[in-house]
Amino acid sequence: MSDAPLLEVRDLQVHYPLPRGLAGTLARREERVVRAVDGISLTVAAGELVALVGESGCGKTTTAQAVMRMLVPQAGSVEIDGRDIAPLSERALRPVRREAQIVFQDPYESLDPRYRVRDTVVEPLVIHRIGSREDRTERVREALERAGLSPAELYLDRFPHELSGGQRQRVAIAASLVLEPKLLVADEPVSMLDVSVRAGILDLLDGLRRGGLGILMITHDLSTATQYADRIMVMYLGRIVEEGPAREVVGNPRHPYTQALISVVPRRDPHDRRQPQILQGETPNPVDIPAGCRFHPRCPIGDDGCRAVDPHLEPTQGHRAACIKL
Amino acid sequence: MSGAPVLEVQDLHVWFDLGQGRELHPVQGAGITLDRGERMGLVGESGCGKTTVSLALMGLLPPNASVAGRVLLDGEDILAGGEETLRPHRWNDIAMVFQGAMNAFNPVKRIGDQICEAMELHAVARGRAAETRCGELLELVGIRAERARRFPHEFSGGMRQRAAIAMALACNPRVLLADEPTTALDVMVQAQILQLLQQISDDLGLAIVLITHDLPIVAQTCQTASVMYAGRIVEVGPTVALHDAPRHPYTRMLFAATPDLAGTAGVVSIPGAPPRLDRELAGCPFAPRCDSTFATCTERLPRLLPVGDDHLAACHLAAGHLAGRPA
Amino acid sequence: MSANRVRDNAVFAALRGSPQAVFGGTVLAIVVLIAVLASWIAPYGEHQRVGEVFAHPSTSHWLGLDDGGFDMLTLMMYGARVSLIVGFAAALVAMVIGGAVGIVAGFFGGKIDTLLMRLTDYFLAIPDVPLMIVVAAIWGRSLRNIILIIGAIYWTSTARVVRAQVKSVRERGYIRRTRVIGASNTRLIMRHVLPQVAPLLVATGVLMVAYAIFAETAIAFLGLGDPSAVSWGLLIENAFSRDAVTVGAWWAIVPPGIAVAIVVVSLTMLGTAIEDALNPRLRVSHVSVRRFRLRPIPPPREDA
Repeated sequence: MSDAPLLEVRDLQVHYPLPRGLAGTLARREERVVRAVDGISLTVAAGELVALVGESGCGKTTTAQAVMRMLVPQAGSVEIDGRDIAPLSERALRPVRREAQIVFQDPYESLDPRYRVRDTVVEPLVIHRIGSREDRTERVREALERAGLSPAELYLDRFPHELSGGQRQRVAIAASLVLEPKLLVADEPVSMLDVSVRAGILDLLDGLRRGGLGILMITHDLSTATQYADRIMVMYLGRIVEEGPAREVVGNPRHPYTQALISVVPRRDPHDRRQPQILQGETPNPVDIPAGCRFHPRCPIGDDGCRAVDPHLEPTQGHRAACIKL
Repeated sequence: MSGAPVLEVQDLHVWFDLGQGRELHPVQGAGITLDRGERMGLVGESGCGKTTVSLALMGLLPPNASVAGRVLLDGEDILAGGEETLRPHRWNDIAMVFQGAMNAFNPVKRIGDQICEAMELHAVARGRAAETRCGELLELVGIRAERARRFPHEFSGGMRQRAAIAMALACNPRVLLADEPTTALDVMVQAQILQLLQQISDDLGLAIVLITHDLPIVAQTCQTASVMYAGRIVEVGPTVALHDAPRHPYTRMLFAATPDLAGTAGVVSIPGAPPRLDRELAGCPFAPRCDSTFATCTERLPRLLPVGDDHLAACHLAAGHLAGRPA
Repeated sequence: MSANRVRDNAVFAALRGSPQAVFGGTVLAIVVLIAVLASWIAPYGEHQRVGEVFAHPSTSHWLGLDDGGFDMLTLMMYGARVSLIVGFAAALVAMVIGGAVGIVAGFFGGKIDTLLMRLTDYFLAIPDVPLMIVVAAIWGRSLRNIILIIGAIYWTSTARVVRAQVKSVRERGYIRRTRVIGASNTRLIMRHVLPQVAPLLVATGVLMVAYAIFAETAIAFLGLGDPSAVSWGLLIENAFSRDAVTVGAWWAIVPPGIAVAIVVVSLTMLGTAIEDALNPRLRVSHVSVRRFRLRPIPPPREDA
């Protein structure tokens, strides 16, 4: 495994202006902005699975979209193998798209219902003009096997509606693998699958990781992240509030938000009862981000000092957290 | 949890007529026993029939459905006369929070009006009295009473779910069926809702059936759990018993397939897929995926038999252990 | 079998069961057959003078004679050709233009969408009759011009409908995924969007033919039609302007009118039936109070 990270994101910012409407424009109302991602940095190395964890509205999906250049960030850089893809044109981006692939949450929507499995998996090769016809058939077969659909012959001519959710997700993964990417972004890869099937897909991702693939997994499920990730990054309102090795962040959470989050995740063992630290209210809208530390209104230990300072990630007990109280 | 059970479901069957002589059998002889104030988790994966069971208890099945069985509400069989005997109890005694209830509000009517409507339809209260009670219900679920005048889109997802619970409580039911009440919610909001359900069950003596695929929330909030597979209850008992000593391989494998924050062991998926429900199968429906089968498993359907204190399992292996036969 | 093939089979099955579709389709088929075989089955020649002006219907002339002494039944059969050809051709023009505009507007969105929709609005605002008069005055009264005008007026509704569907298809997971893989817009449109939109185009197309035939009839009736192409509209116009009404020769006016009405209604029935069959079935099992049936508890299984 080389030392240079596969993916390096620096100070990423993604904003969406809220439309003011005619009345608002006439009244010269100040344009409000949704700061979906407000300055985050992260790295993913080859052979590493990094989990980006958070509740809805925290910006994790937007981060994934920025990494895949499905949108153009307002600021910051996204370096894949050392090359910043943020400012590239669509045309210049095309060859880079081979290096990074994404798997989406909904396996029932990810595949064109008219396309057989072989057509779906070969399409990336056709788009990038890779290989001859015989080559392509071979690559498709390999990709399917690698995704756990074995023997591949059994699946080549099937249509999506003949497959289960788990199988469809594997086809989507195969379609990503066929280009032999270095980085895989998995956006909630198992949240729409039955529990009995999830481990299979996650084990597949784990196997790919051990084979050298770098994986950025977006999930709201801390339990899954703990089980499979090397490192966890906890996001809140567009920022990373805590990050570090998975076991450490979960075993010794330092940021009050992480502590609260971990305390409310239900455990599988009915004997394992703990007092859940339920925060009041709900995550505020990313349009109205609180001044200073964005978590302070809901923070159990927040005070006036927290309103003044916007904390950055600082080292604390083996990993990093953004809180001035540490 | 003493006295006679508030709800007893026996031999519940549901069929769907698919036309051309074909029939789906999504619920095959399910049974539930629920005491006053008890919280039971009805656990299973997609297609196991758990939602169909709840709809059958509410009498909200589509016209191509047929139902068989006994539904004893405080001893009285309310299913005996079909819709006629069910209707008086619907919402008044058994209420439901549907899957995605937070999205089921009428967007052009105020939340308060919709809750009052439930009360008026079931002749519980009307006019001023209904409004007052509506305010009380909202406070009960943690929403300030004056917010009754708001529209659904002004509520967050979590608040709408609370309002849906308030609506279910409008007629002071004895039993609440909650179908995946926290599935689309963030984990923090989920914790709030689960805490609310525990609270109303403890304070009001309300019996709750929590229908879900999520084992951990059952482990944390329910005293008992029923595991459903292919239309049948395969194991039922105290949640701790199901966790510490599961007697049905599916229960055991389901726990093993669930990632845990504290868990150190890896998770294992269950190979295969659930069986089709449009034809009768020989033997145990779980046999093709089970890791502990033997000859009887493909020949005979296992019956739900006691394997411990208030603990039943439908498994030849479990039954064999009891009888002292070697596995 | 692909999901779409399964869906198409279901659509055909639904159509076979729909009395509207069956009736509409059958009538249309009969009319088309008559038009195609006109040269062989017409009792007389198209330009053959067989008797007096406005002669009454008789056993040898079921629909009597028109203002020029020609056999009405024969003229009706040949007229079918022109009306149908103009109808289908104009609908095709409308579908091509409307389909293209709808796909481009729906797929690309943003400024292109706004621009194209403004264009659509302008075209919608153009009054059809004055346009026809102007075109007839400047470029003459020919079948080609009529086809073009009708197409130019009616593409707007198609564009709107197609745009709406393209917008929804565009958001589907597989489109996003294929785009991220690096597919060009052309590829996405031609290979993923168009096939999803095609059935809708067919349904809209059928309805468009109905509009077009009616429009052609109206154009011809206003005297703006191609005098050399005998369509049903022209037949009505001729009869009218030659005082068929005063003379009481209803057989010169009514049959073409009825014919247009029948064809337009059949096409509309067929088109709406196809549209309905294509709609995602809203036969969702609503959670509502309905009567379910009670059955006795089945006896325990023997193998239990």
